[in-house]
Amino acid sequence: MPVISLGEAHEVLYGDAVFLDVREQSEWDLGHVPDALHIPRAQVAARVEQEVPDKTRRVVVYCARGARSQIAAQTLLARGYERVANLVDGFTGWEEHGLPAVVPSTLPDDQRRRYSRHLLIPEVGEAGQRRLLNARVLLVGAGGLGSPASLYLAAAGVGTIGIVDEDVVDDSNLQRQIVHTTSRVGEPKVESARETLEALNPDVNVRTFRERLTSENVDRILGEGWDVIVDGADNFPTRYLVNDASVWHGIPVVHGSIYRFEGQVTVFKPREGPCYRCLFPTPPPAELAPSCAEGGVLGVLPGTVGSLQATEALKLVLEIGESLIGRLQLFDALGATFTEVALRRDPDCPVCGENPTIADYIDYLEFCSR
Amino acid sequence: MSIVRIPPTLRADTAGEREVLASGGNVRELLDDLISRFPTLEGKLEYANVYVGGEDIRTRDGLETPVAESDTVILLPAMAGGC
Repeated sequence: MPVISLGEAHEVLYGDAVFLDVREQSEWDLGHVPDALHIPRAQVAARVEQEVPDKTRRVVVYCARGARSQIAAQTLLARGYERVANLVDGFTGWEEHGLPAVVPSTLPDDQRRRYSRHLLIPEVGEAGQRRLLNARVLLVGAGGLGSPASLYLAAAGVGTIGIVDEDVVDDSNLQRQIVHTTSRVGEPKVESARETLEALNPDVNVRTFRERLTSENVDRILGEGWDVIVDGADNFPTRYLVNDASVWHGIPVVHGSIYRFEGQVTVFKPREGPCYRCLFPTPPPAELAPSCAEGGVLGVLPGTVGSLQATEALKLVLEIGESLIGRLQLFDALGATFTEVALRRDPDCPVCGENPTIADYIDYLEFCSR
Repeated sequence: MSIVRIPPTLRADTAGEREVLASGGNVRELLDDLISRFPTLEGKLEYANVYVGGEDIRTRDGLETPVAESDTVILLPAMAGGC
C-alpha cells in the first residue's frame, strides 16, 4: 500500500490531488483538510467512482490515524485508481503539525445569524454553539434566580431547558421574576416560563416538571440526563436534596442564593470539588435563615446572581475558562463588591467524602427543621 | 482590630452595620470580643462559616486560627433563597 507523509501531502495540498476523508460525519464536522472530499468509509465503494471519475488523478486518503483510510485506499486500488496513497499519520497528525484545516459550517443560515456573536468568539465558535444546541440544563426553581438564568440560557441556544417548579405566578413575584408577566398571574410558573423562553428562541425545547422536587421524584427527573443543574431553589430541604442527588447522578450544580442585597454563587462539581454539604454540613435554624418572602430582596439582585449562574452553566457546557468549582463569590450590592472565599472538599463529608455515611435520600424536611 | 463582615441575617444584631471591628489574636478571641460588643449575637455565630483571609477556618486551625490586624474576617451563613 503506497503511503504518503504529512510533509509530502502538504506539498500536494493545493495541486491537482484530491484529499478523500473517509471518517464519520461527526468527525468531519469538527474539522478537515481544506477542499477535501468527504465519503464515510462504508460508502466509499458505492460513491467514489461518481465523485472521482478520473482514475489517473492522485488521491490522498485519510482518516483519523490511518487505519480506516488504509482499507478505503485498498478499495480504490481494487477499482483501478492508479495514484492512491494512504496518509498514515491521519488527520490527527495533520492537526498536531498545525497544517491547514477548516471547520465546515453545519448551522443553517437562521442559526448562523441568531448566534453570530457567539460564532465570532474563538472560545465558542460553531463547535461551541453546536454543543450548546445539544446541551441539557435543568433549572430547579423558576423564580428569582431561575428567571434570568433561563432567559440567558434560552437566548444562548441551550437546546433543552428543564424547569422544576410547582408554584403559580403571584403578583408579588413580578418585582424580580422577569420570565413571568402580569397577564400570567395565577398560571403555573413552568408554563409561563415555557411561553417566554419559546417566544425568545424557538430552537429551545422546554421540558417542564410542575412538581416540587422530592426524594420520590428526583431520580426520575435527574434520570432524564442533564449536563448541568442550575439551583435556584428557595428552601433548605430542596438545596440538600439537589446536592445529594447531583452527587449520586454525577451532575454539576451551579448554586446561587440571595437575600436582601447579597448573593452567593459557586459551582459544586461531584468528585472535582466540594459539595453543598462540605460547605454547610447542617442547615441553620429557621429563625437565622429567613427567606426572601420573610426578609425581602432587592428586585435586581437575582438578576445579577442568576446571570452569573447562567454564565457558569455555559462555561461548564463549553468546557472553557476557570469554573467557580471550589470558590464562592459573595456579591454585596450595597458595597458593590465581589468577595471570593475558598471552598474545600471535606474528606469526612457524609455524601461526597471518603467514607460516605449517607447513601440514600433522607427525610429532608426533618433534617432541616431540627 | 480586624474588620468583620456581618451577613445580612445578623445585621439586626449589629445595628445594621455591614462591617464592624473586633479584636483578637485568633478566631475564638475575635468572636468572643464581637459578642461582647454585640451581645445578641450570642448563640447565632455557630451556624456561620468563618473565613480568614478568604480561607475557611475549618481547613486551618478552626477557632485557634490566628487573625492578623490586616485580616478581614467573613461570617458566611447558609442562605436558602432563590426567590
